[in-house]
Amino acid sequence: MSAPAETQASLRGFLHGLPGVDRVGAEARAAMLASRSIKTTAKRWALDAAISMIDLTTLEGQDTPGKVRALCAKAKRPDPADPTAPMVAAVCVYPDLAHVAAGELKGSGVHVASVATAFPSGRTSLDVKLADVKYAVAAGADEVDMVIDRGAFLAGRYQQVFDEITAVREACDGAHLKVILETGELVTLDNVRRASWLAMLAGADFIKTSTGKVTPAATLPVTLVMLEAVRDFREAHGRQVGVKPAGGIRTAKDALRYLVLVNETAGEDWLDPRWFRLGASSLLNDLLMQRTKMATGRYSGPDYFTLD
Amino acid sequence: MGKFEYAPAPESRDIVSLRESYGLFIGGEFTPGVDDRAFKTISPATEEILAEVTEAGPADVDRAVSAARQAYEHTWSRLPGKERAKYLFRIARIVQEKARELAVLESLDNGKPIRESRDVDIPLVAAHFFYHAGWADKLEYAGYGPAPRPLGVAGQVIPWNFPLLMLAWKIAPALACGNTVVLKPAETTPLTALAFAEICQQADLPPGVVNIVTGAGETGRALVTHPGIDKVAFTGSTEVGKEIARACAPSRKKLTLELGGKAANIVFEDAPVDQAVEGIVNGIFFNQGHVCCAGSRLLVQESVHAEVLAALRRRLETLRLGDPLDKNTDVGAINSAAQLAKIRELSEVGEAEGAQRWSPPCELPVKGFWFPPTVFTGVSQAHRIAREEIFGPVLSVLTFRTPAEAVEKANNTPYGLSAGVWTEKGSLILWMASRLRAGVVWANTFNKFDPASPFGGYKESGYGREGGRHGLEAYLDV
Repeated sequence: MSAPAETQASLRGFLHGLPGVDRVGAEARAAMLASRSIKTTAKRWALDAAISMIDLTTLEGQDTPGKVRALCAKAKRPDPADPTAPMVAAVCVYPDLAHVAAGELKGSGVHVASVATAFPSGRTSLDVKLADVKYAVAAGADEVDMVIDRGAFLAGRYQQVFDEITAVREACDGAHLKVILETGELVTLDNVRRASWLAMLAGADFIKTSTGKVTPAATLPVTLVMLEAVRDFREAHGRQVGVKPAGGIRTAKDALRYLVLVNETAGEDWLDPRWFRLGASSLLNDLLMQRTKMATGRYSGPDYFTLD
Repeated sequence: MGKFEYAPAPESRDIVSLRESYGLFIGGEFTPGVDDRAFKTISPATEEILAEVTEAGPADVDRAVSAARQAYEHTWSRLPGKERAKYLFRIARIVQEKARELAVLESLDNGKPIRESRDVDIPLVAAHFFYHAGWADKLEYAGYGPAPRPLGVAGQVIPWNFPLLMLAWKIAPALACGNTVVLKPAETTPLTALAFAEICQQADLPPGVVNIVTGAGETGRALVTHPGIDKVAFTGSTEVGKEIARACAPSRKKLTLELGGKAANIVFEDAPVDQAVEGIVNGIFFNQGHVCCAGSRLLVQESVHAEVLAALRRRLETLRLGDPLDKNTDVGAINSAAQLAKIRELSEVGEAEGAQRWSPPCELPVKGFWFPPTVFTGVSQAHRIAREEIFGPVLSVLTFRTPAEAVEKANNTPYGLSAGVWTEKGSLILWMASRLRAGVVWANTFNKFDPASPFGGYKESGYGREGGRHGLEAYLDV
């Protein structure tokens, strides 16, 4: 796990020299950690931590400025009845709505994340992808969620993927870069580990599991392998990279399992919105519901939590 | 304090209703002992007294063997296999229904984490009864002739490390094959065996088919030397196993022994490192290392020694040691003061012989019997900690350079119960497996059990197999 490679051949040599991942073992480890029992004070802390790590997301063809404004209001004050509920980390939208989110969130501390690079498939020319990124950043996005070219990766053209990430990073002009691996299309955990390293070597600030448009999206074993990768990368290169599972995380119980995974794999340095995010939309209300239950001892119905 | 400290999450012990004292289970009833002698069983995590248990003397063992003989002659051996199967199925179902209660009881009496008794021990107990229920009416297809006969009465002595699971390994095949049994659980962990006696009553098992006599070494000796026994099955230490073999030698008793081990867990340079580390942890710290097939010797290829050790140490720092009933506990209590003394002694020998001792920072509870997860590096084949079974959470790390050297070192032990091979190279796994003299060879995993898979040892690890088609032989007259 040494220095970044410069040519296609050495990049390939490096990525294929990484230790393999045994799927059975990785799944067993993730399942074991999922059986941790998080109660009382630990649960209270974890629910708030999870809320503060959410990238509250809407990525639909039917998104409108009105929908984005509603989401931003929710991001800033998730529970109108309880001002102690923390803000979420960011609002994540398509580039053409980034300016709406930027306007709404100005000065709030909630970040504006925009997907880019022909999200979700990434199937267009590099010029178009870079223009997409610049457009999002100009509209006020301070975080960019790019997708890698899975076709190039699966064809073994690692250098191309590497160069694309580097180019996007430049186009980001200081905006935080999250690199979406779309692990549901990479399929094997060996590929997940290699893609994680490739993205980190190319300068990713975050590695992210999925677009949410492909099934399976985030899973515990995939996130486990990515957390191992960021842990090992920091040990080798001294630079900390964040992790963002996204898609399919709907319940507070799921979210807590991810936090346990972070805690016992990468370690508590990653238990911070700067280093760990949860890409989700419906998750927030379940966290709020559990939070209220912890405070009052009772479950409230879904109508007591706002629909955004 | 870390950011994310897991609050205590104890499993409730209210589900267990302990009696103050237990009799012997003979002929389908709990009866007092003839000599009225008793001993106490404690929780090794707190030293709290859990219950008083009868110590069976020779006269009690005699009563139990007679009851088993009676049941064998008049009931059990006459029942068709499909009828025996129904009882085994019924027992398996009751075990599943009482899974939580049995798990809590096991963790209380043994000291093992509830996560293990809940997720490993008790599900495997049920699986063994289900599996052997399936064999009961199909013995003619087991490869031992058209109508294999049972042996008669089996005397079975089991250890304290997996109390109820070892009971299942012994009783399920015996009953499936048409034998009746007298079983003696270990003196430090009799409670789940006594709970099993209640399950037999609930299942309406004919009286005398299963008899449970509690006691220590003397009771065991009375059982295995009893002339009315046709078959002896023992799981435990090699020392006691040899004694039993000597005692049975002049008799016609059929004998199977499952004894100690000093298994090598072999990690090659192309191993999936993160999973290998999990396998090392699971190999030696699972059940506090109280596992006869524990991977107590780590053989790691010299080219990745530093990397694997660093990853292992980092992983060990996340192990959670403490209250066995806490659902987040990874490492529980040592089963007894005597076992703790033995682990301490051998660890001191390891240091004195020049190996480097390391444990993660970990606070041990004040009461009870505890030993931290411990790793010895710089161990050579000549060290006692590389040769003797410690039966505790102590790992000895050795290195090798080539596959041939790994095989040589792995086999260079008086034992031969299990081995683990970690490599991404399939051909190397097969090459190693055909050369390792061990009853079980795990590839890219460790400590995985299944009732369909035969288990047993080479050399001083014993003889005979338990589980699978092979395990039936021990209880058939073939």
